[in-house]
Amino acid sequence: MAASPQALRPPQSATEAVEQAIMGQRRDWRSVVFELALLASLLIALGVLIWLLTDIFIGAIPVFQERDLVDFLTAPTSSNPLTAGIGQALFGSLLLMLFVAVLAIPIGVASAVYLEEYATDNAVTRLINTTVRNLAGVPAVVYGLLGIAVFVVLLRPWTGGPSVISGGFTLAIVVLPITVIASAEALRAVPGAIREAGFGVGATKWEVIRYHVLPYAMPGVLTGTILTIGRAFGETAPLLLVGALTGFFSVAASASVVERLQGPYTSLPTIIFSWSRQPRTEFRELTAAAIIVLLVLVLIINGLAIILRNRYARKW
Amino acid sequence: MTLEDLRGHPGRRRRERIIRSVFFIAATLAILISVGIVLSLLGDTIVFLQGIDAGALVADVWQPRSGEYGLSTIIAGTFVIAVIAMIVATPLGLGAAIYLAEYASPRMRGWLKPILEILATIPSVVLGFFALTVLSPTIVQSVCPGNTPVFTMASAGIAVGILITPLIASISEDAMYAVPNNLREASYGIGATKRTTSLRIVVPAAVSGIVASLIVGFSRAIGETMIVAIAAGGVGGATFNLNPCLPGQTMTGAMTVIAIGSDAVGGGVAFHSLFFVGLLLFFMTLALNLVSEAFVRRMRKGY
Repeated sequence: MAASPQALRPPQSATEAVEQAIMGQRRDWRSVVFELALLASLLIALGVLIWLLTDIFIGAIPVFQERDLVDFLTAPTSSNPLTAGIGQALFGSLLLMLFVAVLAIPIGVASAVYLEEYATDNAVTRLINTTVRNLAGVPAVVYGLLGIAVFVVLLRPWTGGPSVISGGFTLAIVVLPITVIASAEALRAVPGAIREAGFGVGATKWEVIRYHVLPYAMPGVLTGTILTIGRAFGETAPLLLVGALTGFFSVAASASVVERLQGPYTSLPTIIFSWSRQPRTEFRELTAAAIIVLLVLVLIINGLAIILRNRYARKW
Repeated sequence: MTLEDLRGHPGRRRRERIIRSVFFIAATLAILISVGIVLSLLGDTIVFLQGIDAGALVADVWQPRSGEYGLSTIIAGTFVIAVIAMIVATPLGLGAAIYLAEYASPRMRGWLKPILEILATIPSVVLGFFALTVLSPTIVQSVCPGNTPVFTMASAGIAVGILITPLIASISEDAMYAVPNNLREASYGIGATKRTTSLRIVVPAAVSGIVASLIVGFSRAIGETMIVAIAAGGVGGATFNLNPCLPGQTMTGAMTVIAIGSDAVGGGVAFHSLFFVGLLLFFMTLALNLVSEAFVRRMRKGY
């Protein structure tokens, strides 16, 4: 034992003597390396994020320097990189989000209310729950095929074929399962005592849901649904299938609202996809600029959700 | 007072029944959508299979333009990219999860967790552009030998890995968080270090959830479309190839190429092949999701 590390330095106090006897003076290098390796995985993720953002930002600088920002944001798509803008794409994305908000959110919340508040544990409920979870795992591109079959082909007289109506309905179906799951989680977080208090004073089930459960669950539901919209905003694959255009198109100024809704359309991520495949450097810069706009909008949407979550976070 | 008085007003009861059925109809929509997906995929798949001769499916070329639908090509491409993605995402995701669940102080957690949350909000088209313009000329072309093309499965695979890292991290962190503290304390009590406790106690206890997170990540990697469509190449046809340093085509990529009309004009046999590939993809991801759900159920039963 003469060579043991304890012998190198005499202990200064009893506590230290015990500590040295138990631990020794050697450091557990493997533990330090392990902890650093774990931290490194997070730092790599951070590094990738910074790398991505700076690279795209630098790539976009020429567009924002040479072009008027308003012109870039409003000009229609074009095969000429000097005049091409994202006006039609922004308009299309905005309309699509309107469809998602109007269709997916009410239906998603309603179905979450059924699953959490009304449903008893029976075969039908279990089937619906399993189906919702599995739908959430289906790749978005597969929903595009459903969109082709149902909205583009089957309902062509109403949707006008590959139109923003078809795209909006398809996108709403893509995000419906996540809306249901997020809303159900928010409803589950409302404690049972709130419901029992309502029933105790003679309220019906619907009255309890309407005046007690939903108001308490609303911040959670809103956060979940806003995140859903943020997700839908960047979604591209299903739209490519249901006809979002990757090139130039024009809409007659005299077109009525219905004609516009049933006519050609595109969306911001679709234009990014289309531009990113162009070999010319001017389009590289345009792609980077369009990505900056997309990221800023997604960040605003998600930021809104986070503010809501922090503001109304409630501990029971 | 009779029972009838306690039941309340019949109008009120009728309103309750109507509202309940409205909610029920909304909930059954999920089933309707599932049935709709299967039916719309099956219908055109049958049209497609009747329109080609069976030999076209076993060719080693995927080229709808010339009527060659070599499934092995796009399935191989799908798996090459998904495997690269897992090689990237598994250490990063699990490392981040163990650090956040076991090591990070609440203060550190508050700083580090948003990195993953922001990464998770980056749309996949953006990652596709990043893969093509940044990952491919830097990482891939310096690692791959010889003259490497711009479009490679490796760059797409790395980007898909970045995409699924936050997903794997958040599911497995939840699983480790759910491991009860008395297991950790018992481990410390017999003199184990933090590292031993994390690796030998917490990770094994949370293994069902960790496996589930990896399966969900893999399933997402198989279904990822835009990164592959932008960065992997394979537009206009691809041949069977397992080399990540070369371009390749995946099932999802093949679908977008047909859909935007680079490979075939709409309405032909090639158009129906979309649905056939979609059906395969649907059942693959469904199987993976069901397996991962079984693992999650096992985890919930644990404690």
